[in-house]
Amino acid sequence: MQQIKTSFDFEKPIADLVQQIEKVKQVAEKTKVDMTATLDELDGKLNETTNNLYNNLTGWNKVQMSRHPDRPQTLDYINMICDDFIELHGDRTVKDDKAIVGGFATINGQTVMVIGHQKGKNTKERQYRNFGMANPEGYRKALRLMRLAEKFNKPVISFIDTMGAYPGLEAEERGQGEAIARNLLEMSVLRVPIICIVVGEGASGGALGIGIGDKVYMLEHTWYSVISPESCSSILWRSWDFKEKAAECLKLTSDDMFGNKLIDGIIPEPLGGAHQDPELMGQSLKDYILKDLSSLGKLKTDKLIEQRIEKFCAMGVVNE
Amino acid sequence: MAWFKRENKGIITTTEEKKEAPDGVWNKCPNCKKPLHQTELQENKYVCHYCDYHLRVGSKEYFEVLFDNNEFKELFANLTSGDPLNFNDNKPYTERIIESQAKTGLKDAIRAGVGKMEGQELVIACMDFAFIGGSMGSVVGEKIARSIDYSIKHKIPFLMISKSGGARMMEAAFSLMQMAKTSAKLALLSQAKIPYISLLTDPTTGGVTASYAMLGDINIAEPGALIGFAGPRVIKETIKKDLPKGFQTSEFVLEHGFLDFIVDRRAMKAKLGAFLKMMNN
Repeated sequence: MQQIKTSFDFEKPIADLVQQIEKVKQVAEKTKVDMTATLDELDGKLNETTNNLYNNLTGWNKVQMSRHPDRPQTLDYINMICDDFIELHGDRTVKDDKAIVGGFATINGQTVMVIGHQKGKNTKERQYRNFGMANPEGYRKALRLMRLAEKFNKPVISFIDTMGAYPGLEAEERGQGEAIARNLLEMSVLRVPIICIVVGEGASGGALGIGIGDKVYMLEHTWYSVISPESCSSILWRSWDFKEKAAECLKLTSDDMFGNKLIDGIIPEPLGGAHQDPELMGQSLKDYILKDLSSLGKLKTDKLIEQRIEKFCAMGVVNE
Repeated sequence: MAWFKRENKGIITTTEEKKEAPDGVWNKCPNCKKPLHQTELQENKYVCHYCDYHLRVGSKEYFEVLFDNNEFKELFANLTSGDPLNFNDNKPYTERIIESQAKTGLKDAIRAGVGKMEGQELVIACMDFAFIGGSMGSVVGEKIARSIDYSIKHKIPFLMISKSGGARMMEAAFSLMQMAKTSAKLALLSQAKIPYISLLTDPTTGGVTASYAMLGDINIAEPGALIGFAGPRVIKETIKKDLPKGFQTSEFVLEHGFLDFIVDRRAMKAKLGAFLKMMNN
């Protein structure tokens, strides 16, 4: 079995077993006693524990997984999936927002437009990327690129990974609300296929602003909701201490979102999360994208848009 | 002997004979604190006579201000909220809904109606802040979507009056997707070339600003309304600085280019009527 790199408290049972196995191995080495039976038993236990653990993560655990510092981000996926990528910059009005990246790329020789939030991997990068929290320019850059894709009839692939749109002074001055709203409207009638994948965090309007698609997926250990559990906790209970409870209440996991028909599918992650084996994750993501590019490409544009609008309009629960 | 004699001030009614002023006859202006008489307030379109402050009112009052003779047909009046997530913070969501319904006499945070304004047909969907902070859940999204469908089907212009703190947390992602739903419907309304007027009133924030409220053919607002995406407290905590005076007011949003004009509630009907006339001829 592949070695899991543990880093969270909830992964302690795995870490303990691994430690135990190491100890037994050392003892076996030292004493030259055959411990194969014990090791086999422990290995079996480790297998079972690991599978159980990752199949039963709580809402908050998923939030933690989605924020793992080694988790692959948009640019990683672009590198892994695309043969070629030409990054394009700027919204042509104010500036280039570093929190959203985008450009033309090829996947198995097919040209697509990729856009996505980029959070950054270390402190310096995170500051440069504003932690993946876009300003209005970011959403307008994304829209500009999507229109470009529409013009040249190239499908759009969108990677979502944000704690939310940036709540800043300039963001308000330059119309954060309008920028997101405009994207929602334009994306719902964009005349090319759109595939959206939540690869990390999917918080609120900041995520939805590049999240209207014919196919919307979540990676297995990500979250998507109207608000982060921390903010939800601070609003409902006036403190951040109830974030675990808030995460449960919000039903923000991929299973919940799929169960509630708010997304089209869940893309499984390597055992222990995407960060355990980014290459494998990338390959799996690529397979999904290629499959959908092929099926969506066969639909007539009017039908595509009609289905897209119908899907989002069916979301919601009301009594009459 | 009584402790107090008020004869010299002319107050001679004994306590037993004192009449209570009926509830709701007098209001106090939340801005200048001066007393406002209900009938006069109604005649003045719920605007303070003294300081021109626009009181926060609901769909009942807006329909009365805008529809000719307050005549309209209410649309989709029976939509009520489900509880898809069994949300329970300190109180089950279903209980919260029932309480709000009892308190406000409303079914949810929005009402829609079709009628005539200055003699011209108009569909209005108007949010009610009194109902869980005017929060947008499935009912709000669905009623807006259906109102837009009605507008498209009957070729009648659409007026959306927003007044909301944003998405309804108790419906979490369902609530988020109402932004997508309403925006998609507005794209269809736009393709049908039917005028859409978005009126932003105090307050319009969060997911409402980031969807239908900002998508009007014209976006207009009442004076002095709080309009923004992120709430002022969140921004202040993020940037760790005090916010400039007048930040996120209608006037600020107009100045930054996201509103077409600000309109006094007393002049609203005439101005919107004139606009529709221009669109219709």
